Amino acid sequence: MNDALDVAVRLVIVFGLFLVLPLVVGQTEHKVMAHMQGRLGPMYAGGFHGWAQLVADGVKFAQKEDVVPKDADRRVFQLAPAVALLPYLLVLLAIPIGPGEGAVGQVIDAGIFFVLAVMGVGVLGSLMAGWASANKFSLLGGLRTAAQLLAYELPMLLAAASVAMAAGTVSLPGILNAFEWWWLPWQIVGAIVFFVAGLAELQRPPFDMPVADSEIIFGAYTEYTGLRFALFLLAEYAGIVVLCGLTTVLFLGGWHGPFGGDGLGWVWTLLKTAVLAFVVIWLRVTYPRLREDQLQKLAWTTLVPLALAQIALTGIVKVAIQ
Amino acid sequence: MILAAQAAAEAPGFLSPSGVEIAFLLVGLVTLGAAVVTVTTRQLVHAALWLVVALGGLAVEYLLLTAEFIAWVQVLIYVGSVVVLLLFGLMLTKAPIGRSPDADSGNRPVALGVALAAAVALVWVVVDAFRTTWIDLDGAVQGSTEVTGATLFKHWVLPFEALSVLLLAALVGAIVLSRKKEQAR
Repeated sequence: MNDALDVAVRLVIVFGLFLVLPLVVGQTEHKVMAHMQGRLGPMYAGGFHGWAQLVADGVKFAQKEDVVPKDADRRVFQLAPAVALLPYLLVLLAIPIGPGEGAVGQVIDAGIFFVLAVMGVGVLGSLMAGWASANKFSLLGGLRTAAQLLAYELPMLLAAASVAMAAGTVSLPGILNAFEWWWLPWQIVGAIVFFVAGLAELQRPPFDMPVADSEIIFGAYTEYTGLRFALFLLAEYAGIVVLCGLTTVLFLGGWHGPFGGDGLGWVWTLLKTAVLAFVVIWLRVTYPRLREDQLQKLAWTTLVPLALAQIALTGIVKVAIQ
Repeated sequence: MILAAQAAAEAPGFLSPSGVEIAFLLVGLVTLGAAVVTVTTRQLVHAALWLVVALGGLAVEYLLLTAEFIAWVQVLIYVGSVVVLLLFGLMLTKAPIGRSPDADSGNRPVALGVALAAAVALVWVVVDAFRTTWIDLDGAVQGSTEVTGATLFKHWVLPFEALSVLLLAALVGAIVLSRKKEQAR
């Protein structure tokens, strides 16, 4: 009974975080973008600085008609948003936010492989949407999504493998237990490669060629309306939370902080994740969209060699200190 | 008498399956069903998506056999990369929504024969190799990353290296093939 209760409480907490954190990131994006562009952003919904804007957006989405195009592949079209969203929920289960067994949804032995594998599945949602919409813009979006995933999955994996080598384990809590502060300069190249590749996998600007709204009208999501479109958007923001959380855990030491390690570990995790999420938004406002050839070139000629160099460095240092 | 009874209690039988065994069987049936639909459906993209179900079911089977690492690698490589590559290829073709009339070829009976022969051979080998081996679910995990790694690099180093050389050859071959086209232009 106690076990069942424990599992239930963990699931409820993770699900709560899954619903709340993406909305917080979304609202922050509204406000930060606005202020960086000399605007105010949402100011009315909810009263205080428009804090309820995304709740209002959600209500609006729920009221809209759910349209499925006549020529679309109905079942695949309707299934796609769930396939895009659910993986991020599963990944969130495995991310430890504090020290000890109590601060992670589920301890998984091969944690790194689990999170990367499941995150990769989420992209299938975009591919299904792109193909099933029976729309050439959607198809183009799907194609670009697939090309981008294939290019950026490799450097992401290699960068993660470098951390696993450094820690001597592939379990996420295990990596955090082995973390030392000097890993930060040691793994910095891997961290940047991982973060950039993750951004590309989420199709966030400047890597938003697959959804480029001004040329292919949001790519794979062109035909989606109402709640299903909202689910895709939620998947994007949940993806930001997951990517920032993972980068925090793998490269920035997660719950390790200059002080207050045991009791306040989760604050450090959330703080680092929030700073990274801010960087994600900042990049969106700062950089123009990369062209498709620039995207591929960045992945294959810059990120992959950098990740391989990082692995070599990790191996050398690891052998040297043993 | 007592010894025989003890032996019977220790060796798990087929008639009183445990929950894990039932789950294993059901997932296996789903995997088999998805695999059959994959090769029989006339909708190309649906075939790729059913392949995801079949490969995912296989990953669940690995999980039930306590081989966690293998299971996640299965998802990462096959579902995450191979199927994405397949879908990418399909999107480059004219794969229509709905049935493709030319999805069948005259090779159907031959393919069926080859598939059956391969299945019989594989099932026979696996059954013969693992006859009465049972996994102890209560003890230490037998398929954890550590155990898998140790087995791979202690007992199976040579096949592992041979495979990596094979993959390297394939990689070099792919590069050579793609470069030739460039020169022809």
